[in-house]
Amino acid sequence: MPANMAPSSAEILRFLPEIILAVMGTFIMVLDPLVRGKSPKIFGHISILAMLAAIGASIFAYTNPGPAFSGMLMVDGFATFFRVLVLGVGILAVLSSYRFLDRERADTGEYHALILFSLVGQCVMVTANELIMIFIGLEISSIATYVLAGYLRDDKRANEAALKYFLLGSFATAFLLYGVAIIYGITGTTNLSAIRAVLSNTTTAPAGAVVGAAVALMFVGLAFKVSGAPFQIWAPDVYQGAPTPVTAFMSAGPKAAAFAVFLRIFMTAFETVGTGWEPLVWVSALLSMTIGNFAALVQQNIKRMLAYSSIAHAGYVLVALAARSEIGTAAAMFYLAAYAMMNVGAFAVVAHLSGKGERRLSLNDFAGLGVKQPLTAALLTIFLLSFIGVPLTGGFFGKFYIFKAALQSNLVWLTVLGLLNSAVAAYYYLRILVVMYMHEPGEATLAVEPLSFGLSAALILPAIGTFVLGIFPSALLQFADKSSIFGR
Amino acid sequence: MAPITTGHYLGLSAALLLIGVAGVLTRRSIVVVLMSIELILNAVNINLIAFSSNSQNVRGQIFAMFIIADAVAEAAVGLGILIALFRNKDTVLADEVDLLKW
Repeated sequence: MPANMAPSSAEILRFLPEIILAVMGTFIMVLDPLVRGKSPKIFGHISILAMLAAIGASIFAYTNPGPAFSGMLMVDGFATFFRVLVLGVGILAVLSSYRFLDRERADTGEYHALILFSLVGQCVMVTANELIMIFIGLEISSIATYVLAGYLRDDKRANEAALKYFLLGSFATAFLLYGVAIIYGITGTTNLSAIRAVLSNTTTAPAGAVVGAAVALMFVGLAFKVSGAPFQIWAPDVYQGAPTPVTAFMSAGPKAAAFAVFLRIFMTAFETVGTGWEPLVWVSALLSMTIGNFAALVQQNIKRMLAYSSIAHAGYVLVALAARSEIGTAAAMFYLAAYAMMNVGAFAVVAHLSGKGERRLSLNDFAGLGVKQPLTAALLTIFLLSFIGVPLTGGFFGKFYIFKAALQSNLVWLTVLGLLNSAVAAYYYLRILVVMYMHEPGEATLAVEPLSFGLSAALILPAIGTFVLGIFPSALLQFADKSSIFGR
Repeated sequence: MAPITTGHYLGLSAALLLIGVAGVLTRRSIVVVLMSIELILNAVNINLIAFSSNSQNVRGQIFAMFIIADAVAEAAVGLGILIALFRNKDTVLADEVDLLKW
């Protein structure tokens, strides 16, 4: 323990993105009573500026990477990648929220403050190199997201979604904590690198059964957070009931952050006991892909279908984790970036179409969208093709790298079953395309309003990103490759 | 009489964990489910403090304080969500909250 506990200026710079977000979130809450009702859009502008500043700060922090606050945080390529990713998701979510908040006559100040606070938590999660910090980041992010899920207080579906999310989320956190407590007990530390050192030393390594129990408990907690089967039960209900822009946000941002924690804990601290946890991840990956894809086949509600599809995509990322290699980690990072863009984009289209009170959410409400709004339909088509994994989209290379990593780690069966699953998934994505282009415009598509500026930005930016990742994947992949060794 | 050892604390903690999990899984009232989750968090705290005192390492106690603070924040948000639900649906029973399902 250093005698001088005051953080150096380099450490504060490494923590600057979180500082900006927290200060701006608090600033919005202070400003809220002063300008309430007069100019509701100002809060959205402020939060977008705050997130852009935080992205700049994250990139700046990476020019001088290293640990901060006695090794509690570790600013490395991996952390920077995920910081920029979750902040980008935040910007897209805010862009798609302007019209929604206006339409539902909801308070804007609290909404944007909560998004910023949730992002603080996610940034702490992806940077933390220490189980206490991971826990704190996870809770900052989760508690803000629980509130966001129930943001429309008078909507019964939103109430129910928030309640289910809260109960199962805090139950999962409790499990995670119990695992953490056991790890602390047997290793005497909560620092990931130190845990790795204890577990890999054969003379000091604690009993395998105890380590196994702790790892299994932490796996349960994290699998809940990333909606991996068999702990995915909450996801469809919550994604369906929550306001659509919030669903877009929480199915991409907190999920990517939870995966970052998953990768960091399991690939640094627990890497040396990998043969023990690989079967757990293997089974969970297969179950997530299968349950997600087959349940999505029969859904009529578009949000619920996308929720099941997001469970299936969590399964693909778990395949990359099961590969237990640096290539697997890099593939997971690439996939999460591609997934974040297509998922936010697809939910933004749903938010655009659903109308006041989110009444128009069934598959048939997309009928004839290709005729009425060719641009919206074309953008949704890009996202759906990327979901399927068609070449020239980010989704294609994401799947390609994941299955390549799995094959290199001799997970032949998992790869085969994963590819079969992708074929099944194509069916329900194509079904949306068929309804959109082949059917006559229905009541819902005729009533749809023109695209607002914020929503067009929230659709066009991820569409461009999807193409960039699909045509020039190497730049991002090289960065992911370089970052996949973490700071260790 | 035998002295109380770390093992006793771990046993108590494991018992609290089981009671908490059973409560979450079987009780109908959401308030009791919330209380059961708090029970699990307290089981974690007992574990951490027992380990901390066993290994003469203060980190576990600091962690326990963070968990206590977090549990309070979580309970505040949880009860807020529950009140919003109660205003709209007039129930706090988990099995009557069933609008969303497949």
